[in-house]
Amino acid sequence: MRFLAAPWAKAGAIALLAAPAALLAWNGFHGQLGPNPIEAITRGTGIWTLRLLLVSLAVTPLRRFLGLSELAPYRRIAGLAAFSYAVAHLATYVWLDQFFDWNAMLRDVGKRRFIAAGVVALAAMAPLAATSTKRWMRKLGGRRWKALHRLAYLAALAGTIHYFWLVKSDIRGPAAYALALAVLLLARIVPARRQPQAMSAM
Amino acid sequence: MPIPKSSLIPYSEITPKPLYLSRRALMGAAGGALFAGLASAGQKLAGFGKSRFSTTEKPTPYASVTTYNNFYEFGSDKDDPVVNARSFKTSPWTVVVDGEVAKPRKLDLDAIMKLAPLEERIYRLRCVEGWSMVVPWIGFELGALIRLVEPTSKAKYVVFETYYDKRQMPEAAGAGLPFPYVEGLRMDEALNPLTIIAVGLYGQVLPNQNGAPLRLVVPWKYGFKSGKSLSRIRFVEKQPRTTWMAANPREYGFYANVNPEVDHPRWSQARERRLGEFTKRPTLIFNGYGSLVASMYSGMDLKRSF
Repeated sequence: MRFLAAPWAKAGAIALLAAPAALLAWNGFHGQLGPNPIEAITRGTGIWTLRLLLVSLAVTPLRRFLGLSELAPYRRIAGLAAFSYAVAHLATYVWLDQFFDWNAMLRDVGKRRFIAAGVVALAAMAPLAATSTKRWMRKLGGRRWKALHRLAYLAALAGTIHYFWLVKSDIRGPAAYALALAVLLLARIVPARRQPQAMSAM
Repeated sequence: MPIPKSSLIPYSEITPKPLYLSRRALMGAAGGALFAGLASAGQKLAGFGKSRFSTTEKPTPYASVTTYNNFYEFGSDKDDPVVNARSFKTSPWTVVVDGEVAKPRKLDLDAIMKLAPLEERIYRLRCVEGWSMVVPWIGFELGALIRLVEPTSKAKYVVFETYYDKRQMPEAAGAGLPFPYVEGLRMDEALNPLTIIAVGLYGQVLPNQNGAPLRLVVPWKYGFKSGKSLSRIRFVEKQPRTTWMAANPREYGFYANVNPEVDHPRWSQARERRLGEFTKRPTLIFNGYGSLVASMYSGMDLKRSF
């Protein structure tokens, strides 16, 4: 899987992860987002944030299981993409949903636990996006950088709870994401013993 | 009274059960086809009058009204019902009207359509989720149906039970709600001239996803109060336990009057997004129908009786 290390492969991954946003924008400009386009944008950016958070959490277990060290940089790509969707999601809320009514938004965060959960998820992602570069990795030192980036678990967990708390009665959607998250977290415990094998395969 | 022997039908004359059953099915199908010709979704309705209760606001486009629906029996996403209700069978259709009434009835759709002259009612519809639309309904006042069955003095509430058929509504199993869907009104609310039974919209027979063949419309309450595809209307003495109240009593009350000052626990109800508009507009108390309904709630704490 040498090609994974090639620049074009990374560019391809970035294009792939940006595709849902491009599709949303395209459909938005062409009036193809249904009767409530702002809701469609809110949902679209939100669900892709969660999906890409899970993708970023899937990179490490996959790398270990398949012994593909070339996958490592893709975790950063997926994580940054997830953060971008989260920022777009927040911007949709601030602009198109609340129209910069800061008082109303502050009240929302205090009164509505699903919004508070969303804020926690975003707050957990922000420092990860800020320190995603090699320079920051060196600056913080490997161990501290790794510890900080465990916030990704919190972001995914808070994001899933955010989704759970906003549905009215049909919980199948959030339940599926919770299950996927549980599998990804468990996958971190299981392959810990297999790691030497994976290393030798490299 | 003894039956004279000669009037007894010889056994040989009796049509075997499987045979008459199949004949009934055939006739039913024929009747259904005939009726479908008269009243299938999209079919024009004729001879309806205008109403002074109609708003002059611009109706939400037909495409939005018929593709953005909360009808959990056909799936919990807004774009599900238009797809999943496509082959929903709405004829033959009967509605049982019973309970605390002098004259319980079982009405077929033909009889229902003849209860009262049809009227167009252009109403605002405010969903508890924070969006709204304007719908030109075709229907008649629920009061006409209520007077037909003569409720007794024990009839304090009206219960609306919607149709439920697992085979036709397989998506209902995942909706997270118990079915059939049950809603209710206080007797005075049911008799309010704004409360209608709708059988159409935009001058046409009601599309399946909007609650065909007949549904309730209570414009000053959140949309979930207006049950779709009604199969039973029951008059009772005690306030019924309605579906959303049972599912989440903290979030959904029996009255569910549109009220910008009483938040849903998870979101503010102060403003709403009218479909097709970019900015949100302020939500009006009783959805703007206060002059016709507010007196029914005088002296009540609307924050408590939400």
